[in-house]
Amino acid sequence: MKGEVCKPVRCILAVAMMMAVPALALGDSPAGAASCLGCHPAKADDGPVPALAKLPAQQIVTAMLAFRSGTRPATVMDRIAKGFSDEEIDAIARWYARANKK
Amino acid sequence: MVVIGGGFAGASCARALLRQELAVDVTLVEPNPTYTACPFSNAVIAGLRSLESQTFGYGRLRSAGIKVVHRRVSAVETQQRTVRLDDGKQLGYDRLVIAPGVDLRFDAIPGYTEDAAEAMPHAWKAGEQTLLLRRQLAAMQDGGVVVMSVPANPYRCPPGPYERASLIAHYLKTNKPRSKLILLDAKDAFSKQKLFEVAWRELYPDIIEWVSLSAGGQVTRVEPATRTFVTEFATHRADVANVIPPQRAGQVAMIAGVADQTGWCPVDPVTFESKSLPAVHVIGDAIIAGGMPKSAFAANAQAQECARAIVDLLSDRAPAPPKLINTCYSLVAPDYGISIAGVYRPVDGLLTDVSGAGGLSSLNAPKSVRVQEAAYARAWFNNITRSVFG
Repeated sequence: MKGEVCKPVRCILAVAMMMAVPALALGDSPAGAASCLGCHPAKADDGPVPALAKLPAQQIVTAMLAFRSGTRPATVMDRIAKGFSDEEIDAIARWYARANKK
Repeated sequence: MVVIGGGFAGASCARALLRQELAVDVTLVEPNPTYTACPFSNAVIAGLRSLESQTFGYGRLRSAGIKVVHRRVSAVETQQRTVRLDDGKQLGYDRLVIAPGVDLRFDAIPGYTEDAAEAMPHAWKAGEQTLLLRRQLAAMQDGGVVVMSVPANPYRCPPGPYERASLIAHYLKTNKPRSKLILLDAKDAFSKQKLFEVAWRELYPDIIEWVSLSAGGQVTRVEPATRTFVTEFATHRADVANVIPPQRAGQVAMIAGVADQTGWCPVDPVTFESKSLPAVHVIGDAIIAGGMPKSAFAANAQAQECARAIVDLLSDRAPAPPKLINTCYSLVAPDYGISIAGVYRPVDGLLTDVSGAGGLSSLNAPKSVRVQEAAYARAWFNNITRSVFG
């Protein structure tokens, strides 16, 4: 979890960038991606659930694989991750990463 | 584009359609000027939340560019592709989305008419009924008996009645500890049953009594004047009575002709297009969704996938099969949350559980996990109401 510590300046920048990101267009979203937004906010907020569009694709992939195998403790993500293949996880992660850059 | 119904399914779909950069007009037809959310309304009944925190306006949808019309639908004419409103106006559409929600059946339990809901509230549509049940609980003497009745499947929010029983029991334990709660059930098994039962034994051992179908839980008649439930085996006189009646798709589904003889709406699980009417899509609690439960989370997920499929159909692309997630949290006490999750995909015309995925919170999780899940429940509510109405 290197680089997880959020320095104030970087946080402000990240939030400012999020503000500039248009709402996620779902037209080209891969299978499963839209449902994530039930819990994960489209923009970073003050809640306990991270915004996916803020995360690098590799971080989403790593987390999902760890949830799926059970190596990362979870309340609900372990149960959800088991419903997705490597390819699906990869597509979802890349879509959120693209949404981040738009 | 016209969307009928401004709840978690309809309002969410209207927003998703607008985001597609299709350059289409989106009109949302919803008779009520505000929306009162059912998730967390059990906490209102238990005096833990205000009804205001459950109530949302349509102002943000309007400022996002959605035309919101507070009218009832009197007819859907699929030949002309128009929706007729109760003021005589007509709305043309390319694709129509209907999110009918549920109607409570006042013809299912003898004695339980719409008028009876004053003496024996259902509180299964959040609003005045929620407050009525809360007032009746607040007025009850310590040592009183609360009786709830729960219908057979399918109905809106499968674990909802048991969350309600838990939070009412929490209220009784805190304020009226000599009181009892009897849960008359038309089923022998229910959602998150083991988790609820473990929590009830721990938190409310002398308060909640669950009467299953085989133990005589099916209510055959009610007498509102005396708040009495009659079952095959016994009569239960309540000081506070809560009848959760059987349900069917909301009335607009019948008006449009998208419901079948079961009272619910069959749809294609890839596009959510009605199996009865072309170019009409149905989403949310009213549909026959296979393994997917009737929940706000599911409604919101279906709304996104329906919007995505509509974009494909309008662009002459074949919609890709969706994958949907559902996560339902229940509070057993204010800081004790449990959940059920599922992942779904279309199989043989129905949304079907992906095997190996989903399931319940761990039965022997430590207290810290229950606290965490209660926090996630609140975070989910904040996120979903913000993304749909905010």
